[in-house]
Amino acid sequence: MADMRGYGIMDFEDRGGAHDFHYGDGRATPPTPGPTPSQTVGPFFAYGLTPGPYGYAWRDIHTSDLTRPDLDGERIVVEGQVFDANDLPVHDAMVEILQADANGAYASAPRNDGFTGYGRAGTGALGPTTAGGDARFEFRTIRPGAPAPGTCPHITLILTMRGLLNHCVTRLYFPEDAPHVDQVLSAVPEARRPTLIAVATAPGRYRFDIRMRGPRETVFFDV
Amino acid sequence: MEREGPGRRWSDMPAMIFPDYKSSTTRSPSQPPVPMPGSEPSLTLRPVWPALPEGDADLTTNARVNGEPIGERILVEGRLTDEAGRPVPGALVEIWQANAAGRYIHREERHPAPLDPNFLGAGRALTGEDGSYRFVTIKPGSYPWGNHRNAWRPAHIHFAVFGAGIAQRLITQMYFPGDPTLPYDPIFNATPDAAVRNRLISRFSMEETIPNWAHCYKFDIVLGGKAGTPFEEDHDHG
Ligand SMILES: [Fe+3]
Repeated sequence: MADMRGYGIMDFEDRGGAHDFHYGDGRATPPTPGPTPSQTVGPFFAYGLTPGPYGYAWRDIHTSDLTRPDLDGERIVVEGQVFDANDLPVHDAMVEILQADANGAYASAPRNDGFTGYGRAGTGALGPTTAGGDARFEFRTIRPGAPAPGTCPHITLILTMRGLLNHCVTRLYFPEDAPHVDQVLSAVPEARRPTLIAVATAPGRYRFDIRMRGPRETVFFDV
Repeated sequence: MEREGPGRRWSDMPAMIFPDYKSSTTRSPSQPPVPMPGSEPSLTLRPVWPALPEGDADLTTNARVNGEPIGERILVEGRLTDEAGRPVPGALVEIWQANAAGRYIHREERHPAPLDPNFLGAGRALTGEDGSYRFVTIKPGSYPWGNHRNAWRPAHIHFAVFGAGIAQRLITQMYFPGDPTLPYDPIFNATPDAAVRNRLISRFSMEETIPNWAHCYKFDIVLGGKAGTPFEEDHDHG
């Protein structure tokens, strides 16, 4: 029998069997091996995960600005809002992006040009008020190249927020690349593909809104 | 050769929409996730993280102003592995939590319990070659929330883990054994199978408790995906 000491199943020979404290279900159910379940990020992540833009006194290691002076590539801004099922903007979501550089290469080690391909932003950081600001995320980055033949340039987004028990993964594609020839986009039902195409709002500026529910519900991937 | 993306083991995850947890009903997708065909480097490529000062992992010292934080000092340590049991090195582990009184430092937190001037409640670490991490912190208190009448979150520590690529992203919470509020918590109970959700309960370790200093709680984390070298069979992309 597996060693369950500490899980509330007492080893009678060692401990005398005096206790029978239990798990959350009121029974002594030992955990099976397997992946750790996800849980919501909750409402209070900002001081730990995005302290800088929220003004907390904790040295930040992440940024929403992926550009660096020596980094090649067209500078772009990607902004958007996250909408709940009632079309209300979510002001306590965290958005992470991962992308390739202008040549389609991902960073796998520290680089001289400072490119990491990773960024992080919260939707409660911008704007004049602390209680959510304008509930928008914004990344300053470079336009990625296509990472492989048969793919279109894209940015992967990881989304988490209070109320979401499992994080969601989606992708942003660029409108200029239409008609998109991309193996992942091809796997998406045609009617839902527009949810993955950003809208160009100005030269070098893209809007990518994420809708959690409803007729224009954003496509999320099983990753 | 085309292959399916690794995907998540959804049978071991909480429901997306769990009505007992009210905000899940308006903030979660209704459509199932779309399988991702082919492979993609970002699925298994570890992002580049900056080096972290060791002090970031000690929550009892990383925000001191004029003394020690109040509460029960504990060690929280464990190993990150993939589903095959292989260690996940170099993973970023970020934690945040309430203080001993059940109060978060977050400015929108309204629970009338004291803040601790010497405790921020946030820490971070990179896993070692064996996938191990270790935090020194203060045991968090339980706190009330507005989900339903007399709702209390069991004491917990939030974890955000990023292993080898997007397929090894995990955001979760660690609980403490014997917590009497666990049966009443809709977030904990959103994972239907008791033997699965009990993976979220840390294990008290007398063996690793440090005499005259701190209790030790062990929390091993198993990530999806295959820890970095999984796609040898992939020859379809350059
Ligand atoms: Fe919490």
